[in-house]
Amino acid sequence: MHGAKPKLAMYWAASCGGCEVSLANIHEAILEVDAHFDFMFCPCLLDTKRKDIEALPDGVIYLTLFNGALRTEENLEMARLLRSKSQLFVAFGSCAASGGIPALANQHGIEHVLETTYRTAPSVENPEGLIPGTAHDAQGHELELPAFLPRVLAVPQAVPVDYAMPGCPPEPGQIIAVLRHIASGAPLPAAGSLIGCSARAVCDECAREKRGQLAKALLRPHDALPEAGWCLVEQGFTCLGASTRAGCAALCPAVAMPCSGCYGPLDRDADSGAAALSAVAAAVDPGPGSGQDEAELHARLRQALSGVADPLGTFYRYTLSETVVAERPTEVEP
Amino acid sequence: MSQRITIDPITRLEGHGRIEIFLDHAGEVSSAYFQIPELRGFESFCVGRHAEEMPNITNRICGVCPEAHHMAAIKAVEQAFGVTCLPAAERIRELIYMAFFVADHTTHFYCLGGPDFIVGPDAPASERNLLGVIRKVGLDIGNRVIDTRKRNHELIKQLGGRGVHLCGAVAGGWAVPITPEQRDEFRRWADENREFAAFSLDIFEKTVLGNPQFLELVMGELYRHETHSMGTVDETMALNFYQGKIRVVDTVGNQALLYDPKDYLDHVAERVEPWSYLKFPYLKKFGWQGFVDGQQSGIYHATPLARLNAADRIATPLAQAEFERFYDRFGARGKGDGGRNLPVHQRLATHWARLIEMLYASERMIELLEHPEICDPVVRQVVHPRAGVGVGSVEAPRGTLTHHYETDGRGVLTRVNMIVGTTNNNAPISLSIMKAARGLIHGGKVSDGILNQVEMAFRLYDPCCSCSTHALGKAPLELNLRRLGSGELLDRVVRG
Repeated sequence: MHGAKPKLAMYWAASCGGCEVSLANIHEAILEVDAHFDFMFCPCLLDTKRKDIEALPDGVIYLTLFNGALRTEENLEMARLLRSKSQLFVAFGSCAASGGIPALANQHGIEHVLETTYRTAPSVENPEGLIPGTAHDAQGHELELPAFLPRVLAVPQAVPVDYAMPGCPPEPGQIIAVLRHIASGAPLPAAGSLIGCSARAVCDECAREKRGQLAKALLRPHDALPEAGWCLVEQGFTCLGASTRAGCAALCPAVAMPCSGCYGPLDRDADSGAAALSAVAAAVDPGPGSGQDEAELHARLRQALSGVADPLGTFYRYTLSETVVAERPTEVEP
Repeated sequence: MSQRITIDPITRLEGHGRIEIFLDHAGEVSSAYFQIPELRGFESFCVGRHAEEMPNITNRICGVCPEAHHMAAIKAVEQAFGVTCLPAAERIRELIYMAFFVADHTTHFYCLGGPDFIVGPDAPASERNLLGVIRKVGLDIGNRVIDTRKRNHELIKQLGGRGVHLCGAVAGGWAVPITPEQRDEFRRWADENREFAAFSLDIFEKTVLGNPQFLELVMGELYRHETHSMGTVDETMALNFYQGKIRVVDTVGNQALLYDPKDYLDHVAERVEPWSYLKFPYLKKFGWQGFVDGQQSGIYHATPLARLNAADRIATPLAQAEFERFYDRFGARGKGDGGRNLPVHQRLATHWARLIEMLYASERMIELLEHPEICDPVVRQVVHPRAGVGVGSVEAPRGTLTHHYETDGRGVLTRVNMIVGTTNNNAPISLSIMKAARGLIHGGKVSDGILNQVEMAFRLYDPCCSCSTHALGKAPLELNLRRLGSGELLDRVVRG
């Protein structure tokens, strides 16, 4: 009897579907989820029956995993609706938890997105300069599109969430562990907690050796050949493992690629990018600070840090909805 | 009195999909609109990023096909930086890409498109997913599907670092080499893939082609319409997913275009319609003639079916045999000018073409793993960014994927453009829906069966990011038939 099991919902807003694929990648354990929950497989299910959902009593869904950032009015409406219908409402994945990749759009703003996509893209043939509108008359019938929010929001910025589960996407092992815990009826963590992740840094899960050395300069992945088994940060690669929350099992450093910070900042109270930047900068050898010409010193430090030509995309890649860095009035847009 | 039918949402692409069908006074279909009500705007917000991070940023366009964006991105970066990928790394990339094709086509056939045939087009929506397939055909097949996805995702994770949103691409190379132990294990997996692809073709033969009702759906008029076909081919005009030239074959099977991906702007343009956030690509050679098919229209499709139509052959033996059998079945083999195949225009045959591609990908994995230097450890090199322009292209499972970057002297992006797999098919999806709706909806009445068959016209394209649907079930639909003006509900069907 399906109805007796707690209802599990998963919905997507501005996202890529990777969260759903990660859930599917629990492979045969999906049958276990099916046994414990009345699983509303498809996010479209909720959207399709939106009126039915609206008619349901509040809290009828036991657990909603809401993934994706909030880009459109429709995304926002669905977050509000599902919040009210869910006992446990989880911001699932980096986009929901902290804006993720879609929130990079806050750097230039929505006008730049529309201008670039529909007017200045080199393949566009749009002599009238049309930009798709929220309402359009086609053969006497009105066709509607949802309006964009002025800036991309993380879900907790718009509606209260019980938990946030980081990761781009959350790893399958973490997903099944969380679902098993909730299905078991064991006590739940305190409201507002991060779930499906560790309290420690990615470095704690990384097998690469730390030798206590400082890097000479910051490097991009193609700037040098990484030495096997040695900490990427100490070699100079801009790996965010020291300031990023663990839970992924340090997957990227395991294949000699730097951590890009997808599980979010270790310190939830700090500005994420500033924390990542200072962690990386602290790993670079400042060299002798005295007895040197000021200009030379400056030039050397500048050179040492030149491996980051895009601080925003490097340090705020998944968190730009949360920080004030991207918050600027449109009149100063270039 | 005219009427309007709304199917919302269908499933997703870069967001949700919506179909609007307009009926004339007599209740016959006058037009159909396929709307995409979402946009994230990667072309805008990727400006300013380190170019080499694009494989890791653009794989977040789609969690179903991150491998496609990852590969197209790194190829564009390398062209902009003026560097050639090391041969060992190139083989690893293609190997991952083939494993991805096997996994992706498997999920589509068994979890999204296939249940229409295996479970049946009239089966309850709750059965039209992998669990329904298991109930119909047996637990063994379900285990084989899960195992196939699992082993190929495992290969991607071992070599690419992550199961979703892999991170292995580095300019000029790949993160890690293949160890001999991995090679031996992957080689066994490739054999299993090949067996599974042959098994899947056998299922298609028996349950679809062997069933007169399904056979009529595949071979008949309802899902047939003529557009040009786009795909990537190697120098011998054989099907290729990973690299080659873009070939377009016209509606009667003649080569219309053959070009290097870097020249895409000479051949493809995108139209903006005010009622959808997704643009509509078309061939400049024919121009935009509106939402019409035929030889004079600029509309083309880029799908597994289009790729077979665009190629002259497949370079692996088992897939080549299936390729010949496919065109024989439609009476199209060697019947075009110069002995080319005539293109197959029956769109539901896309499901069949997808399985032939799965077989090719499996055989290609074996070839790559048997390369004497597949374990060559030299997979990374030092690269110096520069100002440049690069275009990277691969065949994504859902169509030709193009990334176009411009960089400054630090290797920072100054301009980004992309034409994504499914975007190619934006116009043909509308045409397929219109054709099916016109053939099925008469006198303003719809039924559950009609709804399902309209939906099948859409689903055969396997629109990208139909993700949880893609992986686990299918999208239930609501179809409303309304009187224009008053909004009075005339008929309503809900499935799911």
